[in-house]
Amino acid sequence: MTMLTLLQAAGAAEHPLAGTVAEWAWLLPLLPLLGAVVNGLLSLLPRLSEPGLTGDVDARESAAAAAHTRQQTLVSIVATGVMLSAFGLAVAIFASMQGVRLDAPFVRTYAQWIPAGNLQIDWGLQIDQLSMLMTLVVTGIGTLIHVFSIGYMKSDPGFARYFAYLNLFVACMLTLVLGSSYPVLFVGWEGVGLCSYLLIGFWFSERANVEAGKKAFVVNRIGDFGFLVAMFLMFSTFQRLDFSGVHAAVTSGGSTPVVLAIALFLFLGCVGKSAQLPLYVWLPDAMAGPTPVSALIHAATMVTAGVYLVARSAPIFAHAPSASLLVTLVGAVTALFAATIALRQWDIKKVLAYSTVSQLGYMFMAVGSGAYTAGVFHLVTHAFFKALLFLGAGSVIHAMHAAYHHTHRDDDAQDLRNMGGLRRYMPATAAAMALATLAIAGVPPFAGFFSKDEILSAVFARAMGSPLASASLFGMPGATILYAVYACGLVTALLTAVYMTRMMMLAFGGRNRTGDAEQGALHEAPLVMTAPVLALAVLTVVGGWLNLPALIPIGPIGVLEHWLEPVTGASAARLAGATHVPHATEQLLVGIAVATAVLGIAFALLRYRGDQPDKAHAPVDTGVAGLLTRAYSVDAGVDAVIVRPINALAGSVFARGVEPGVDRTMSGGGTLLAWTASVFGSRFQDGDVGKYAWLIAAGALVVIAALSLS
Amino acid sequence: MNGFYDFQFYLFSLMAVVSALLFVTRRNPVPAALWLVNVMFALSGLYVMLDAPFVGVIQVLVYAGAIMVVFVFVVMLLNLGRAEISDLRGLAARLGAGIVGLALVANLLVLLRSRPPRAESAPAIDNVVTDVAASLFTDYLVAFELTSVVLLVAVVGAVLLAKKRVTS
Amino acid sequence: MIAEALIVSALLFAIGVIGVLTRRNAIILFMCVELMLNAVNLSFVALAKLHGVAGHVFVIMVMTIAAAEAAVGLAIVISVFRHFGSVDLSALRLLRDG
Repeated sequence: MTMLTLLQAAGAAEHPLAGTVAEWAWLLPLLPLLGAVVNGLLSLLPRLSEPGLTGDVDARESAAAAAHTRQQTLVSIVATGVMLSAFGLAVAIFASMQGVRLDAPFVRTYAQWIPAGNLQIDWGLQIDQLSMLMTLVVTGIGTLIHVFSIGYMKSDPGFARYFAYLNLFVACMLTLVLGSSYPVLFVGWEGVGLCSYLLIGFWFSERANVEAGKKAFVVNRIGDFGFLVAMFLMFSTFQRLDFSGVHAAVTSGGSTPVVLAIALFLFLGCVGKSAQLPLYVWLPDAMAGPTPVSALIHAATMVTAGVYLVARSAPIFAHAPSASLLVTLVGAVTALFAATIALRQWDIKKVLAYSTVSQLGYMFMAVGSGAYTAGVFHLVTHAFFKALLFLGAGSVIHAMHAAYHHTHRDDDAQDLRNMGGLRRYMPATAAAMALATLAIAGVPPFAGFFSKDEILSAVFARAMGSPLASASLFGMPGATILYAVYACGLVTALLTAVYMTRMMMLAFGGRNRTGDAEQGALHEAPLVMTAPVLALAVLTVVGGWLNLPALIPIGPIGVLEHWLEPVTGASAARLAGATHVPHATEQLLVGIAVATAVLGIAFALLRYRGDQPDKAHAPVDTGVAGLLTRAYSVDAGVDAVIVRPINALAGSVFARGVEPGVDRTMSGGGTLLAWTASVFGSRFQDGDVGKYAWLIAAGALVVIAALSLS
Repeated sequence: MNGFYDFQFYLFSLMAVVSALLFVTRRNPVPAALWLVNVMFALSGLYVMLDAPFVGVIQVLVYAGAIMVVFVFVVMLLNLGRAEISDLRGLAARLGAGIVGLALVANLLVLLRSRPPRAESAPAIDNVVTDVAASLFTDYLVAFELTSVVLLVAVVGAVLLAKKRVTS
Repeated sequence: MIAEALIVSALLFAIGVIGVLTRRNAIILFMCVELMLNAVNLSFVALAKLHGVAGHVFVIMVMTIAAAEAAVGLAIVISVFRHFGSVDLSALRLLRDG
């Protein structure tokens, strides 16, 4: 590594990880980046790749098919290869962290970025429990989704471009989770935003997709503004921007209004990136991208960056209890809000999108109330089952497309009203998705139960008594807020069970509504697509063991809690205090959670049994149902109140100010210049030799005068 | 004899300047040419007084005697002159001319009687021609040869340019 | 005497310039140029008293070149006269616009 400048972080010389495989951590973001470059170049080779057409996955003529297949094979190998290597390296680093006492993070800086007086920002990576956990999630699930995509995008002309973007995304996401300072994190933050834009608008010949991508990017930008302001505040107050420095300064400096401001602005960034109220509007639209993209970016990884940020900045939020209260409140409201909308959506991906928004709300409920482990736990489990749900939906959509293509019928392959009874045709997918539904609803012993229950219990425990409960937000006592948050969480759990079961029933249950001719073409997805789904199903089942509560002693207790303790333990304790919840109350809470889940599922089974909604003759939803179907008309409202006035203002400014002003200056200036030049030219160079003689004499006079006077 | 030297100098200078003014204001090219010749004569006198006798002689021979002759040739060739016999007319002109002529004759008589006066401040220069020749044919030999080439070119060029095109 | 000679030289040169700028007859214009050359010659000869005989050599060169220039220039004037029928400079309008 002679080409890299090594700056030792304080104390890293004695770090237990020094000299181990952790030294190769810089390969983690670099491998996918390399994959992105190679795939990008491969995509530029002529005849092998065309610009992305519509979502139509019609097969190509066999003349180009062979070359196409060659390119696809190469791209698949490269893309999956780098992902597997990154995952392998992550596992190796993780293994080397076992049995080692790691109190401080392992930081390596590789090069200077901005050396400007007081401001010293370096390219550095930080290996600690939190970052490695995130890395494993990103690379592991990322690899599975890459494999799935090989099958899903098989007949897409933009195959290579897709994998280039996907690899680039993973590279940026790894930069985000592995960065050792806020600016490096921000680089990854922006990078994933870019890749999200690129991938949402992947089929860019459709206007709607492009608009969705733009929307995602612009809304994210609002959040990024908050992140930047937070960084400015950090620098102006602490003169440091790396995690160690800032957190140490905050811990020693204590709760101040500046820390509160920093926390609030950081949270603004999270609201944008993790699609919380009110900046959630881009996520449902983001479903315009390919389904594996939705699985990776808008379920498992990118949207969880906000949660990661809060967990990473735990010391800051721990010293700003009012901000933490706001975080948890926003999370709760968002969770409830999105769950209500999901009840009435007909597009399978939209249901999952609003479900993601809702579950992200859960995560913020957790990290906002200081239960950082619970939040991260839910992040991991949610990654498992949500990715599974999206990939399964992808298999379903794939099959529906194939069916419609078979009969040359043009209909929405994602509309639940066109599905039904798919369990007969896609049993494996159906089973896996059923498992995931149980998990997300919170039914034991699946992963979602443990994580969701832990969140609710943690919130309730803190509501009963804790430093957080003693704090206040806008004059409201923390305890009240936390109880309200708990209530929201419980209702949301109920609604989650309902809408997920509804989705499953509409898609897989009952009779098939796709059409008699199409039924023959419905089939299970190929192995390359089903295998990752099944792998995720396994993870969904066993994922809960990551952090078993003390209440249910069926295995090692609180593995994740112990794992993350050096990173977030102190901050969690600061907000949670030493409150001990009585055993009986804990059991009651668990019971309530399970009951809610079961109740929701049962309600949905009864309510939607035999429901055969007809798309062609669907009545327009009115009243409350209509409000939910149209997602409270938020998009229309924002359009009318914000977008149109701004466009009108911009238009009028342009027409009245810019256009005449600039045009007049530019073209007028040019005209003036030309006119002046022509005057000088035509008057002084008119062929009148006598005039020339005068000019020569005058010029000579000037020169002589200048010479004699100087 | 410094005063005499000064008087002579100023006389020739005055002649030169007045002749130049008159030359510039003539409408008819022939008298203009002749006034210019007068300027050159006056300058020649000045040259001699400035210890450049060789240049003075060359001035008369080449400038006044050859170049101005060519000018007058061309004027005649193109029939540009008007057939006026005299340029300056009237009593004042004749009187002025007469005074100048008398002054010049008086000069001549004084010079014939004594050695040519010189300015006391200036050192005596003997054998100017020798010095000029030595300088011309050693230090400035290249320039000298080039001027001969230039003259050749000028001759050929002039002949070519002025040749009447014979139309068949 | 050198100073007075230089003043005379300057005067003659100025008169020559005025003549060049003012006169329309091509031949008289040429003669004004000769006048300017003579003025310069006077300068050289005057300063040769200070700087040695190189001044005289230069005067010889100037005269030679003046002769060549006069020959060629007058040949051109003759050519022009044959073509345009006049040596009046205001009659030579080909370079002018239109």
